[in-house]
Amino acid sequence: MENTINVPGTIRAARSMNNTLKNKNRHVRPETFIELLLRMAAAVFILAIVLITVFIFARGIPLISKAGLNNFLFSTAWIPTKGYFGILSMLWGSLLVTLSSMVWAVPLGMATAVFMAEIAPRRIGNILGSLVEMLAGIPSVVYGFIGLIVLVPLIRNYLGGNGLSILAGAIILGIMILPTIISISRDALLAVPAEYKESSLALGATHLQTISRVIIPAARSGIITAIVLGMGRAIGETMAVVMVTGNATIIPARITDPVRTMTSNIVLEMGYAAGDHQAALFATGIVLFVFIVCLNLMVNITAKARQSHAKPNN
Amino acid sequence: MRNQTIREKIVTAALWLSALIIVGILISIIAYISLKGISAVTSDFILQAPSHAGAEGGISTTVVSTVYLTLVSLLFAVPVGVGAAVYLQEYAQTKSLFAYLVNLTAETLSGIPSIVFGLFGFVFFVIFLHMGWSILSGSLTLAIMVLPTITRTAQEAILSVPAEYRENSLALGASKWQTLHKVILPAAVPGILTGIILSIGRAVGETAALILTAGSSLGMPQSLFDPARTMSVHLYMLAMEGISMQRAFGTAFIIVLLIVVINYLANLSMRRLSASAR
Repeated sequence: MENTINVPGTIRAARSMNNTLKNKNRHVRPETFIELLLRMAAAVFILAIVLITVFIFARGIPLISKAGLNNFLFSTAWIPTKGYFGILSMLWGSLLVTLSSMVWAVPLGMATAVFMAEIAPRRIGNILGSLVEMLAGIPSVVYGFIGLIVLVPLIRNYLGGNGLSILAGAIILGIMILPTIISISRDALLAVPAEYKESSLALGATHLQTISRVIIPAARSGIITAIVLGMGRAIGETMAVVMVTGNATIIPARITDPVRTMTSNIVLEMGYAAGDHQAALFATGIVLFVFIVCLNLMVNITAKARQSHAKPNN
Repeated sequence: MRNQTIREKIVTAALWLSALIIVGILISIIAYISLKGISAVTSDFILQAPSHAGAEGGISTTVVSTVYLTLVSLLFAVPVGVGAAVYLQEYAQTKSLFAYLVNLTAETLSGIPSIVFGLFGFVFFVIFLHMGWSILSGSLTLAIMVLPTITRTAQEAILSVPAEYRENSLALGASKWQTLHKVILPAAVPGILTGIILSIGRAVGETAALILTAGSSLGMPQSLFDPARTMSVHLYMLAMEGISMQRAFGTAFIIVLLIVVINYLANLSMRRLSASAR
């Protein structure tokens, strides 16, 4: 009875929902139909990922095989008009901007997370939590705008260059990944069982010793998740970066030099690209996509391992 | 011993300082945009159509486009997202492969950068399904982007409905579906609302995906098949091409104001959610 669905019958049965008790057979059918509908809604997630993967790969892979994976990934020559599609300078750009944003955002974010979880009075912790959420809610184009108007001139005046630079990208991007790092690490710190803390304090350790030797190590995998997801966010970020990093396809020598990231490359050139050029942008998207999905899977798998690891203890 | 207490004090002070830096960053961003932007915002600015690529006039068409895109994307995303949440919480066997895959793909989907969604929306909706750069292409792309948020918040809301509600309803002879839509879904409304509010925030701020799927035409959209430029895309164009900084500040101010309000509402509804869970 669960797998036999005929639609007209189902609709009739649905109409008589109120009389369901009179007829047990009819009672079952609309329920099965509804379950099927809900199942289809859930399946949209799987469908979406499959479609995204298939369509982006189908558009980008032919170009990669035509240009050669090696040339595509490890050549710095990006001259679409002449058919040169090497994205090394952009891979480099994405990596540099991401890493330099993490250099300052990870420590600051971690410190703030520790503060919120362990030091702050409850009320202050809660207020800080809402403020961090607000920081996460501000659109990337607004961050980019502020970077362009405030940071870029500052860098130009004090550090030289034209201001559009890795440094500007690193500062803006760092602010944007702070909420991810803070809220996930804070949750991980709060999830550490209270007994750990109590035992450590009972043994005579100070609060800060307990934090650094007991609580942070116990929350380690959650903290790593926070950092990895922050990194994913940084690599994928587009609008803020495109507005402040200058977008030159060069291998930079200084932190005040401009760079172009993979994301910027796509958004800058999709508007007018056609043919192979457009395919090359999709190929850039593939690299980005693979990178992000790998980061996510890593997080998912470590989270799974953590759960199965934690179970025997409970 | 004394050395240690001094060190502890320094570390504690550093932790307070890091929190203060975060607050400082947020406050200076909002204050700066507000101070610079508020003078540009007049009723004319909101009600007049832009002209000369945005150098003159207001931003009315981009406001309308933003509302239009947001509503249409919710129209797609809310039924699917809530339906998926209901399925996962109420029907699926927790250990089934299907549920595992749905959870995994939802997780993956929420991590994909918006530019990749933009590429997909472009090649699938704009080109493959012949929808062109349009409100429809943009909304469908946006709908996929907000699905994980809607499903996650709806799942949490359903989870927070006390088990007794469900048991009482079933004990009274109601069927599973009757229990769901008469008892569980109404109790889960605040959570679903939270998801919707958060999605509106995402839609208002989204830029990269929409440039590739909805286009950047400044005209007033007349139908689902017209291209459109949202406020965020408009801000990008104004700032990047140096068209009008005053109007860029005005647009940024309106976006930030909207986000602050949306955040406040989301907080409010989330508090109601956790209050009802208690």
